[in-house]
Amino acid sequence: MVTGTPGRREGMPVVGGVAPGAPTEDDALWRALRTVVDPEIPVLDIVEMGIARSVVRDDAGVTVTLTPTFSACPAIAVIEEEAAAAVRRLGHEVRVVTTLHPPWSSDDMTSAAREKLRRFGIAPSEPHGGLIQIALDAPVRCPHCDHPDTYVRNAFGSTLCREIRSCRSCGETFERFKPI
Amino acid sequence: MADARTLSAALQAPLVARLTAMADDELVLGHRNAEWTGHAPLLEEDIALANLAQDEIGHAITWYGLRSAIDGSDPDQLVYFRDAPDFLNAWLVELPRGDWAFTMLRQYLFDAYECELLARLARSTYEPLAQAAVKVGREELFHLRHSSLWLERLAHGTTESKERLLRAMATAWPLLPQLLAPMTGAAELHAAGIWPDPSELRDAVVARTRSALEGVGLTVGPLSPASGLTDHRGTHPAHLDEVLANLQSVARADPEAVQW
Repeated sequence: MVTGTPGRREGMPVVGGVAPGAPTEDDALWRALRTVVDPEIPVLDIVEMGIARSVVRDDAGVTVTLTPTFSACPAIAVIEEEAAAAVRRLGHEVRVVTTLHPPWSSDDMTSAAREKLRRFGIAPSEPHGGLIQIALDAPVRCPHCDHPDTYVRNAFGSTLCREIRSCRSCGETFERFKPI
Repeated sequence: MADARTLSAALQAPLVARLTAMADDELVLGHRNAEWTGHAPLLEEDIALANLAQDEIGHAITWYGLRSAIDGSDPDQLVYFRDAPDFLNAWLVELPRGDWAFTMLRQYLFDAYECELLARLARSTYEPLAQAAVKVGREELFHLRHSSLWLERLAHGTTESKERLLRAMATAWPLLPQLLAPMTGAAELHAAGIWPDPSELRDAVVARTRSALEGVGLTVGPLSPASGLTDHRGTHPAHLDEVLANLQSVARADPEAVQW
């Protein structure tokens, strides 16, 4: 059986399975996955990031499908191990599959995840509906003072998924999650 | 749509070679870019080049992985234990990093080629390739934005930056024909809808890059191959040995190691 993410990402259809919010025994699997954080952004778990795509249970055990934010993301190997360990702790045999399709989008993050990111000091990427080139040049609010007058210092940052910006109002330098 | 299980036997060898060439291009360019880590002219560019290098090497892993699904090859073996004559990368990516103008111009030419190629591969009838091309193509947009901006800065910066860009053009532009040349089995792969028509791709890449280069005020000559250059991938000037010596020395120091 395939379960959609409880409290799933906006705009993403549930792939088969149970109605959102209906309590099922698979909620335990999703709860287990929620204990796994992105090692590069430790305030976000892999479910609210949209990295954990699906959990399928059959006679052979549990299959967890993950997708990386960027295909060269070095964190995905750690996430695979930790997701497998989290499900194994519930007593299941587990297989982790990593797919590039459909490609992860910053739109796959939940709005709660965006808010956590902002409080962590990283400007989130606002939903772009696929218009990435436009989103790249759209105004970005400073996560510290909320002022919209910020500019790109470097299109590349400390990880593949971030760029570096500065705020003209408060003068702080901050990272922004790239729209992708 | 085909995948590794349904790919016809006759198309396996050409597709394996094509994927290997693409992976080798990304791997070698990624390593050349990584040489700038700690040496780039600005801290921001040091970070940018490290990001580009990480992306290209990650993309190489993706293409080696697609090959592996067809022939069961081990990507680590391919990267660390092949010798230069078995690498299928183009000359363009293996040349020493040179100065900043050469690094950025080479990056721009490769990015433009990849964007055109990946846009076509996204419609490939070989499903795993189409899916990977969509993912990698999104990421390449960031590269193209970056290298395109550097073309403008170098062309319109100072007399010296323009001179350096012109010198970089004299080296890099004649290497484009080999990067774009068809490989064995190209007609069959195109007929099966797996890989784009090499001549159509070549025209698109040349038109795009020529327009961008002329747009920043460069005079771009006809596209004639560098002397001594064959269309055939698999021959290498001396430079690849240098890359591989650096890249492979640790793995070859202990071939039995299972984990580093």
